[in-house]
Amino acid sequence: MSGHHSTAGMDPNHIGHAGGSGPPSHAARAAGSKRVIAGYGFWIFLLSDIIMFAAFFASYAVLTDATAKGPSGRDLFDLHGVAWETACLLLSSFTSGIATIGVWARRKSWFYGGMAVTFVLGATFLGLELREFTSLVARDAGPSRSAFLSAFFTLVGCHGLHVTAGLLWLLTMMAQVWAKGFRPDILRRVLCFSLFWHALDIVWVALFSVVYLMGAGR
Amino acid sequence: MFGKLSWAAVPLDQPIPMIASGVVALGIFGVMALVVLKGWLPYLWREWITSVDHKRIGVMYTLLAMVMLLRGFSDAILMRSQQALAFQSPGYLPPEHYDQIFSAHGTLMIFFVAMPFVIGLMNFVVPLQLGARDVAFPTLNSVSFWLTATGALLVNISLVVGEFARTGWLPYPPLSEIAYSPGVGVDYYLWALQISGVGTLLSGVNLVTTVLKIHAPGMTYMRMPMFCWTTLASNLLIVAAFPILTATLAMLLLDRYLGFHFFTNEAGGNVMMFMNLIWAWGHPEVYILILPAFGIFSEIIPTFSGKPLFGYRSMVAATMVICILAFMVWLHHFFTMGAGADVNGIFAVTTMIIAVPTGVKVFNWLFTMFGGRIVYSVPMLWSLGFIVTFVIGGMTGVLLAVPPADFVLHNSLFLVAHFHNVIIGGVLFGSFAGYTYWFPKAFGFRLHDRLGRAAFWFWIVGFYLAFMPLYVLGLMGMTRRMQHYDVPEWHPWLIAAAAGAALILCGIMLQVAQLVVSIRHRESLRDETGDPWNGRSLEWATSSPPPAFNFAILPNVEGEDAYWGIKQHARDQAHSNEEPEYEDIEMPANTPTGVICAFFATFMGFALIWHIWWLVIVGGIGAYATFVVFAWRNETEYKIDADEVAKIDRAHRRAIRAHSDAALASS
Amino acid sequence: MGVSTRCRRWAWRALVGASPILLTACGGVLDPKGPIGTAERTILIDSLAIMLAIVVPTLLATMGVAWWFRTSNTRARYLPTWAYSGQLELIVWAIPLLTIMLLGGVAWVASHELDPAQKLASDKPALEIQAVSLDWKWLFIYPDQHIASVNQLVVPAGAPVHFALTSGSVMNAFFVPQLGSMIYTMNGMTTQLNLQADAPGHFAGMSSHYSGDGFSDMHFEMRAVPAAEFQSWVDATRRTGPVLDAAGYADLAKQSTNVKPSLYRDIDPALFHKIVSQELPPGPGPRAEQ
Repeated sequence: MSGHHSTAGMDPNHIGHAGGSGPPSHAARAAGSKRVIAGYGFWIFLLSDIIMFAAFFASYAVLTDATAKGPSGRDLFDLHGVAWETACLLLSSFTSGIATIGVWARRKSWFYGGMAVTFVLGATFLGLELREFTSLVARDAGPSRSAFLSAFFTLVGCHGLHVTAGLLWLLTMMAQVWAKGFRPDILRRVLCFSLFWHALDIVWVALFSVVYLMGAGR
Repeated sequence: MFGKLSWAAVPLDQPIPMIASGVVALGIFGVMALVVLKGWLPYLWREWITSVDHKRIGVMYTLLAMVMLLRGFSDAILMRSQQALAFQSPGYLPPEHYDQIFSAHGTLMIFFVAMPFVIGLMNFVVPLQLGARDVAFPTLNSVSFWLTATGALLVNISLVVGEFARTGWLPYPPLSEIAYSPGVGVDYYLWALQISGVGTLLSGVNLVTTVLKIHAPGMTYMRMPMFCWTTLASNLLIVAAFPILTATLAMLLLDRYLGFHFFTNEAGGNVMMFMNLIWAWGHPEVYILILPAFGIFSEIIPTFSGKPLFGYRSMVAATMVICILAFMVWLHHFFTMGAGADVNGIFAVTTMIIAVPTGVKVFNWLFTMFGGRIVYSVPMLWSLGFIVTFVIGGMTGVLLAVPPADFVLHNSLFLVAHFHNVIIGGVLFGSFAGYTYWFPKAFGFRLHDRLGRAAFWFWIVGFYLAFMPLYVLGLMGMTRRMQHYDVPEWHPWLIAAAAGAALILCGIMLQVAQLVVSIRHRESLRDETGDPWNGRSLEWATSSPPPAFNFAILPNVEGEDAYWGIKQHARDQAHSNEEPEYEDIEMPANTPTGVICAFFATFMGFALIWHIWWLVIVGGIGAYATFVVFAWRNETEYKIDADEVAKIDRAHRRAIRAHSDAALASS
Repeated sequence: MGVSTRCRRWAWRALVGASPILLTACGGVLDPKGPIGTAERTILIDSLAIMLAIVVPTLLATMGVAWWFRTSNTRARYLPTWAYSGQLELIVWAIPLLTIMLLGGVAWVASHELDPAQKLASDKPALEIQAVSLDWKWLFIYPDQHIASVNQLVVPAGAPVHFALTSGSVMNAFFVPQLGSMIYTMNGMTTQLNLQADAPGHFAGMSSHYSGDGFSDMHFEMRAVPAAEFQSWVDATRRTGPVLDAAGYADLAKQSTNVKPSLYRDIDPALFHKIVSQELPPGPGPRAEQ
């Protein structure tokens, strides 16, 4: 009943496994598939997160004309600032990819370097976003001004909060690797983090197009 | 320092909540004192509170549901007695109190009774049925449970400190906006649901991953027991629908806390958007609850008919069709908004289409019984009670899906009767059936049979007496949530309904008695073999209660036959005299992460409700720090030696052999 | 009692077999007094009948099978492995599908014929009424007659009435069970409803959407009167009572419960429009008193 470790890696969820080769032991299965399971579960979580964003997108679409005689997107959006934000975020996805490569290659310098640049780019993104928000509030276009602005601040702010949480997570992962090294459970967390960071990019692309490009063009 | 909180928040001048909460506090204090004095605290902490074992967490979910059922049902008694008394009189509950009671009743029953009950059963049963050692993310499971408990705790704190929402179980704006509900009631509702909602979502992610990724060798999708399929469908719905709830409640929170205008009357807010969003979650929620119940019945009816489930593939298809259609019907909750004939017509038809797979399920259960040898056990009684009750409730539901019928029945007691008909008759009967069915698996002894039967009959007679009058009242034009009324024709029906509630109360007391008596007579009710019902799926192949690792050797599922054969084979493996080669088993180590995280979340939620901002920050940092500490652990698993595994498994094998020898000798 | 005999006669005709229940439902939606209510009752009964045609046999079969195949019945056949039959599967899917196709057709057609916004066919002109739900009372504005009433609705019998509805505060629903179709009232929005009372009579009306602490008293009496009597009621109203202006409306919009019916002899003709456009602000809610 023991042995046959090789089957675990080939067919982690045992679809189509019809006996004959015998079951792999739990330990072997666990080692082979834990990474897959963690990534799989986290991806399902990300899908749910994207559904939450979809709800905010829907509310934005519904309320986009509910400006209560206040300013609309056309009056407010500054595409230059947003372009810089986009550049920062897209570039940070690339640098977080470098960090992942560093993990694969077990090269700590690549990992730290990639993560550090990712952090700087993410923080810059946040700074630019905060600057935009404060300037809007200063121009009496804060979230309490109209339903449109409520929806705008919530949608963009929710993404911003995700980036903030991501930065906190990023620092935690750097600290963990520094303290514990490339342990398997930590590698799984780094994998999840990079999935998270890329997903934020995807959301931002939608946000950039739907909110800023379409909003400014109205 | 304490935000909006002051002594004025405690309703010292209102006897009913003070007495109620006094009794509850005494009860809690008594239990805690007993636990401490008896020296059980270390055991409880080590083996239950910090447990990441899916079986223990499942049991705790179920316990939470049953305790909250008592709370929610006492609200129901208050409501039924108020309406029985309030004919041309104010009754004994003033509106501001009565309105809290029906809001709390609905909130508790859906979020803290029905949800934890089905999630508890799924948690306990599904890994066993899949032949797995645990769920995909055991620690996350513990976090999910404790966050759900946090939500339940916050709702109950509102009984003593401040008030609960007076808006109904779904806080329709603008009534729930700060302008019309300036108190903390809606905030209690919102934060309790946001916190427990995170728990539910994480639990959904966990169970989806478990069903899709963690199987015994050879347990392909089309060999999974029906309950695993309905669990998958239900949790896919959780993953897809709960984020919508989170977003919607977040919008309402922003309106209330930061002056946003999502749903306000002013500045372009849109209440219709709230209704669409809340029901885009709310209707799938109905199927999140009922699908696991369908799964439970699909396990119980074959077992007690001594036959495989009829039309397994049809059942799988019907389940997944319901799962998808669940998202296409939400508008039928507000046909009376005036959306127009085309919109109403389309949603009427999509709603009715859901009745097709549901009808298929009923027929398949019928054919499962056909040609069987039906044992009238307590779980089977609940199942039969379910089929009859649910078919009636489903029929009135389809009636409400006809827009012109809905135009005169919407928001009436007919509607109230309908959804109690399906939620009690479906979800609750299913939960009770599952509780009775799997109780011996969880604790190693069966529940007392005659008390269970008595409870069932009180429940079902009480149910019909309580809710059939509400159908009549709805047809008579009585709308829901009335604190008092002047129509003489309504009065006798409301008295009848109150009598029905009293019968249900007897049923509940019998269930409590059943539990107490069963524990006291546990030796005579002992399940020696791990298979008290001659069950048909893998959970019956291990001992009762199962060891921490569930299966000493993961059952190897072979061949194309249905899971009856799978189980027979697994049992043959376990029963054969030839011993397998035992191996060390690594299991996830217990951790207090979940309970500590929930501890901080409770403070954070309470602080947010009362605007105690420093405590919000403390709670937030605490919860985050808990996770970091958890992530810093070096030992995440512990090893059970092969010798230990062998010892446990041999004891199980000996018990089975002794049992079959005894059966042989007696025949 | 005349009403009771009429109900009984009708209940026999309906053949639903639940006549005791229906008998007592007089005054409710099963005892309609107008074309909309009558049509909706027909739809309700028809849909129920279609479903009962499948539900009753199913329930009987369930109980019959469950009883016949009990363990102690030695005459029952035991088929321990019978779990699939293609033909049965086909029937099992087909029966509910056909029922739902029939019922779906009924629902589709009926939802078009009984759309609340649809004008009623009549040789008489429709009376225009603007209904406003307030905390916690109903304001009915008669724009063409320049009068208004609170918690009291008088209409001519036999003539269609067109309602335009909104809310001055939170959501409510306008509902007169014996006339049919309820509809939501929402702030900043107008919903449409067309009803008619066939003969003179008194009908209970209410809010059928919970709206807060004073909700239970938010009902009104609807009186359908002969056309001539309606005209004299209008004339009498025009002679007495206060005028409803912006200040008066602001006062009315404050929270109050169990409000006695009252009349206004004159109104601002744009009152309803001002409420919908929020030129007159929504009700202040509970904070007004603090």
